[in-house]
Order: sequence, then structure tokens, then C-alpha cells
Amino acid sequence: MNDLDNTIICRCSDVTLGDIRRLIAEGYTSFDEIKRITRCGMGPCQGKTCQQLIQREIAMATGQPIAALRDQTTRPPATGVRLELVAKEAYRDED
Amino acid sequence: MRTNADIVIIGGGITGCSIAYNLAKKGVTNIVVLEKRYICSGSTGCCGAGVRMQWGTEMNCRMSKFSTEFYEHANDILEYDGDVEFKQKGYLLIADTEREIAQFKKNVEVQHACGIPSRMLTLAEAKEIVPHLNTDILLGAAFCEKDGFLNPFKTTDAFHRAARRMGVEFNTFTTVTGITVENGRVRAVVTDKGTINTPVVVNCAGGFSHDIAQMAGIDIPVYRERHQILVTEPVEPMQDPMVMAFGLNLYVQQSPHGSFIMGRGDANEPRDGRCTSSWRFLEEMAKTVDNVLPAIGKLRVVRQWAGLYNMTPDRQPVYDKSEQVEGFYMAIGFSGHGFMFGPVTGVVMADMITGSEPRIDASGLRLSRFAEGKLFVEPSVV
Ligand SMILES: Cc1cc2nc3c(=O)[nH]c(=O)nc-3n(C[C@H](O)[C@H](O)[C@H](O)COP(=O)(O)OP(=O)(O)OC[C@H]3O[C@@H](n4cnc5c(N)ncnc54)[C@H](O)[C@@H]3O)c2cc1C
Repeated sequence: MNDLDNTIICRCSDVTLGDIRRLIAEGYTSFDEIKRITRCGMGPCQGKTCQQLIQREIAMATGQPIAALRDQTTRPPATGVRLELVAKEAYRDED
Repeated sequence: MRTNADIVIIGGGITGCSIAYNLAKKGVTNIVVLEKRYICSGSTGCCGAGVRMQWGTEMNCRMSKFSTEFYEHANDILEYDGDVEFKQKGYLLIADTEREIAQFKKNVEVQHACGIPSRMLTLAEAKEIVPHLNTDILLGAAFCEKDGFLNPFKTTDAFHRAARRMGVEFNTFTTVTGITVENGRVRAVVTDKGTINTPVVVNCAGGFSHDIAQMAGIDIPVYRERHQILVTEPVEPMQDPMVMAFGLNLYVQQSPHGSFIMGRGDANEPRDGRCTSSWRFLEEMAKTVDNVLPAIGKLRVVRQWAGLYNMTPDRQPVYDKSEQVEGFYMAIGFSGHGFMFGPVTGVVMADMITGSEPRIDASGLRLSRFAEGKLFVEPSVV
């Protein structure tokens, strides 16, 4: 394994460039598929770091332009919120 | 893509992948699986992936026991080089009404008759297992230490890879647009990438099973219902079992990775196939979990999502072949517990399609039960 292989692509879940390239070679050629096997994009950053890096790898490996690749679905919330605060707000709205 | 197949399976979720694997194991390998997105992109990839044997009917206890025993050895059986991550630390069912307690007691008797190691717990015992449980609002609990949950992506991937190794062809990003029926028999499946001639088609399309049946001119009494779920930031291990409540309406698990995953049902959810998330769910979920498991209220939610339940009138699946169109099979309507039935589904359907002696008796789940008014009533569903 060379240094490039060890480069961290997903900081939230410790996924390396080597892991990503192996999966692409095995036929996991969309961000969503790679996400579901590796947890990339599921951590606190929600893919803000890894998605563009992985999409570039997929584009290079498959010869498609990045614009033609499907991004993951962006899901709420935009940033982490404590559940008890959501609950408190909900009770306040009911009053 | 193959243009001739012995069997075409529509849907690449746990159902389609388990059926493909079980058929291939029986020696039928000219099988094509069609999936409109990628493997596990449907309900299976959205689900809680819980597996429990604490049911209230003999059939469900028997079937979920079969699945649990399979999942215990899934990595070996499927020769998976990853890990399906079966966290077998139990399901703690909690109750806040006398009615539920009475039901749990009846269920435990049925479970014991099937050899399932479940038991009633006092609140003190429940609190020993889950220290952050707010027992002030509860009356009692039931527990089965052999219940648990898996990683749904890895589990489906394991079935998919095992089937592929045996020669099954998987075509992802391929949408079924029609089914050709001639003289009452299935002839071909039409997709956006071409047509496959086949005498047998298996409908495993989850939330879209009604649409697929319609393509063959068959009407089945299923509908889809949105169900939502959310996940928190990961923390140190603090909760072993899945905690589930029917009355208080929640299920909460801590994944091996440390995040908490939780969901609840809501009869007002849309039935039009929508899979977006709602603010209302986030609020209701937050209120419930903060009340029942206050320590979890301190955690941050990082993502919420939704998937579809494929519902039948009695909230039990259908394993059958059509009486109307020869060669049309279905494993549908899992009503929120199709992941845990995955291993059973594959065996039942593989035996049915190949005309072999059934290894599992699932005759109670025929399609005709609705027309005959013989609904299968299971008391313990979420
Ligand atoms: C929030 C939530 C939580 C859940 N929790 C649990 C749980 O804890 N335990 C449990 O056992 N179950 C649970 N379930 C239920 C479980 O997810 C389902 O019963 C199960 O995944 C159904 O699997 P399936 O393979 O039949 O369907 P799916 O996984 O939906 O697969 C069907 C596939 O068919 C494909 N498809 C549809 N139409 C077409 C077409 N025209 N052409 C090609 N492909 C097509 C879809 O893309 C999809 O991938 C939960 C469900 C949800 C939504």
C-alpha cells in the first residue's frame, strides 16, 4: 500500500483513498453506493468534505464528467441539534 | 444484460437478494435481478434493521427464529468478507398500560412454546439492562436477549455478492417499465435498457409492488406508507438492546458505530410514495425519546430520513404466486418487518418457485386470505 492509498478521504469515518478506489474497481460507481458500504457522508460533516473527492475519483475511473454524477440526497438538519432542545421548542409552540 | 432468463427478480432489496441467493443455491442460476437504482436503495436501505423473535403468533415466532439463527451465522453462510454487524444484545419491549402487559404475558407463552428465550421483567430489572430508562412512566417490560439488529447495507450486500458469485446477473439503474403476458402466462419483462424473455417473474419491489403487479394486470391490496427515522452523533457504548414501545410509540437502538437510530409510526403519514422528511416527525420523536430515555435527549441529531412501508390489510406479508397470471410470483407487503424476514423469504420463495417441498410453512400468508376474509392477526406490530 503506498502513501496515496492511505490518504484519508472521509475524516468522519476514517475511509482512505485506497478503500474508495477498491470499491470503484469492484463496481460501486455512485456516491450513494459507496456511502452505504463505507459510511462516507454519514458522519457529522454529512459529506461536505468527502463527497466532492469521491465524485472526482468516480469521474476519473468511469470517464464521466462530474456534472453527470448523482450527488447524495441532502437531508435535514443542516447542522446537529440536541434532541431535548427540539423537544423544548415543540412544547413551547404547543403552549 | 441477458436477453433470456429462467427467472427475473424485480427489486434489489433484502427480499430480491435473498430470493436470488436461495434460488441459486438450489441450482437455478440463469436469474436476472433488476433494480431501478442501486442495491439496497429502497426501504431496506432506510430501515432500522431490527430482528426480534418477540411476536404474538406462532408463525411469526417460528419465522423470526429461523431468521435470527440464520443471521447469527450469516457471515459464514454467505462467505462474506465484510461483516453484517449483527449486534445481538436483545430487544427490551416496554409497556405503559396494563393491556400491553397482559399482551406481553400471552406473547411470552407463545414464544416459549417455540423455544424462544424471552421473559417478563420488573422495572428494576429493565433499568439494570438500560440504566437511562425513565421507569417512572412505565408499568413493565419484556426482554429477549437473542433479538438484535444488523447493518442493512452489509447484510444485503452479503446476499447480493453470494448470489452474484453463483452466476446471478444483477442489473442496477435498470427500471422495469412493463411485463408482457400472453395467454395468461408471463413471457417477458420490459426495461428501459431492453427486454428479457422469461417464464417467471418475482415481484420484490417493496413500496412499488402495486405498480409492478399492475403491469401484469394484477391488482393486489397493498399500499405504501411513509415511515421516518433519525440518527444522532456517535457516542461511547451506553445502550445494549433495542428499546421498543408499542403504546409510547418508539424504537431506539445504539448502532455498533455509536450513533443512536430511532423511529416511530404515525397514522397521518402520506401514502403517495413521498420519501421526504418532516419537521413534525423530528419534534414528535424528540419529545418521545426525551421523555422515555432522557439521556439520549442530550445528543445531537445529525440526519433524518424516510422510507416506505409496503402495507397489507393485516400487516403481514404475502408469499404467493398469482392465480391469474402463470409465472407471476410475489414476496410483498412486509408492513415494516421485511428486513427480519429476509432469510425466511428467500427460502419460502425458492421452494415455491422450484416446486420443492416447503422447508418453512408459510401457507398462512397466501394472497387469497384477503378475499376469503381470513386475515392473519398479529397483535404486536409497530
Ligand atoms: C423507517 C423504516 C424502518 C424499518 N425498520 C425495520 C426493522 O427494524 N426491521 C425490519 O424487519 N423491517 C424494518 N422496516 C421494513 C423493511 O425496511 C422492509 O420491509 C424491507 O426492507 C423490504 O425489503 P424489500 O426488498 O421487499 O423492499 P425494498 O428494499 O424497498 O426493495 C425494493 C426495490 O425495488 C426497486 N424497484 C421498485 N420499482 C422498480 C422498477 N419499476 N424497476 C426496477 N426496480 C424497482 C426499488 O428501487 C427497491 O430497491 C423498516 C422500514 C422503514 C421505512
